[in-house]
Amino acid sequence: MIHLLIYKAVICVAVFLLALGVAAYATLWERKFAAFLQDRKGPNRAGKWGLLQPLADGGKMFMKEEIIPNVSNRSLFILGPSLFMVTAVMTSAVIPWGKPLMFHGKLYDLQITDINIGVIYLLGVVSIGVYGIMIGGWASNNKFALLGAVRASSQMISYEIAMGIALIALIISSGGSLSLKDIIEGQDKGVCNFVWQPLGFLIFFICALAETNRAPFDLPECETELVGGYHTEYSSMKLGLFLFAEYINMFISSAIMAGFYFGGYNFPFAHELYEAFGWAEGSFAISLFGFGVYFIKIFLFICLFMWIRWTLPRFRYDQLMNLGWKTLLPLSLFNLALTVVVEYFRGTIHF
Amino acid sequence: MLGLTITQWLFGILSFLAIMFALMVVFTRNPVNSVLYLVLTFFCIAGHYILLNAQFLAVVHIVVYAGAIMVLFLFIIMLMNLNPDAEPRKHIVTRIIAGVIGGVLLFVMVGALKGAEQLQIVQGGPSQIGLVKNLGKVLFSEFLFPFEIASILLLAALVGAIMIGKRDTNTNDKDIINQ
Repeated sequence: MIHLLIYKAVICVAVFLLALGVAAYATLWERKFAAFLQDRKGPNRAGKWGLLQPLADGGKMFMKEEIIPNVSNRSLFILGPSLFMVTAVMTSAVIPWGKPLMFHGKLYDLQITDINIGVIYLLGVVSIGVYGIMIGGWASNNKFALLGAVRASSQMISYEIAMGIALIALIISSGGSLSLKDIIEGQDKGVCNFVWQPLGFLIFFICALAETNRAPFDLPECETELVGGYHTEYSSMKLGLFLFAEYINMFISSAIMAGFYFGGYNFPFAHELYEAFGWAEGSFAISLFGFGVYFIKIFLFICLFMWIRWTLPRFRYDQLMNLGWKTLLPLSLFNLALTVVVEYFRGTIHF
Repeated sequence: MLGLTITQWLFGILSFLAIMFALMVVFTRNPVNSVLYLVLTFFCIAGHYILLNAQFLAVVHIVVYAGAIMVLFLFIIMLMNLNPDAEPRKHIVTRIIAGVIGGVLLFVMVGALKGAEQLQIVQGGPSQIGLVKNLGKVLFSEFLFPFEIASILLLAALVGAIMIGKRDTNTNDKDIINQ
């Protein structure tokens, strides 16, 4: 019992720190990446290559004066960013980060919890995430903030539907389990799910962009129309939490895409490689190597997110809604039907 | 601990919280706070589902009610900009009638629940019916007909909602402004 508690505590803290650390350095990488695309140098003063920039930014956020508008709903105003941050971190609980690790003769999963409804848990937490923005935007008692919050919530609800249907198709073709561990382990031998779900991946990727409020879907914080959108009235670290949670969301959705469609910590010829090195099942080296491979995939997805942000202009709001309801939703239903037919002939499902 | 198992403690705490939040929904003056308390009530009920070993139901409950329906509620209430000044004042007769009807409902409830303590609650082992696999099998074999009927009902409601929400093509925008 006490072993289990210590193990759970260690892995919770590790995943939490991983999410925060990656998000912090994603802010730096975003600025570096933007600078690269725009032929600039980017932040390079704080430490070597600007490596201390995230610390400087965080310190600045904490030092800034904190303003709570006196016409706002005080408790909800504080609740908004907190809730947004909490839901952003909560999604990391069901993601397996590597192969189980052998420690004192026992196998330990590198995952906080392997619940048998992991995929629906993810959808549930994502659907709760919208409350942070809505509460924050409404409690500010500012028309721009309210409009931003309304935009954000309608956008997230619209894209959740296509995302959910794309996930159903994925679950059918990956063998019918809702556990994230089963989905990723299922790609251990054979090909990754992307081969059977290319259209599903495309839909999921677009929806992930919309759910994380990243460009070209960042209409909730569209400066030209809404000043700052739902966080117009926020200052200091509360604003920081809203901005920071976006990077955590980006990290987690990259991890989900890399895991669901590109095999997570599995990679081609993994078993041959392990045999060549003579690494035993459950050894530290395998876990670390798998985690490294997973991390490279996540990093590439984060780069893709940033590349899109600094390349494409923002949508108009009607274009966004048309894309969600008139293109992605029928496309995801078509993908679902197609998957069922293909899987029937592959022999994965029977009637 | 007082001769109760952890499950019983959890049941007690969750029930207390659920009832407290449900009462707060009614008693708070601000409609936005009411909606948020209702969301908390849904979370407590989801906790009850987990105690019954029905994780799937618990999460779907949160996705559908807290994640979709209550967001739309919140949406409407935020856009309507309700404040105490605009609150319609009910006539005294209306209030008396509402009180009487509520009292009668309470009376009926008490009457219906009287004798409920004599019922034997069958307590088997932990039920496995709430797990996704079992639920799917039962839904698509034993309860296929009610399941299909429910889906047709939802489809009808969907079509109805679109019909109501659709702008009338005969009247153009100018007419709407003139009205």
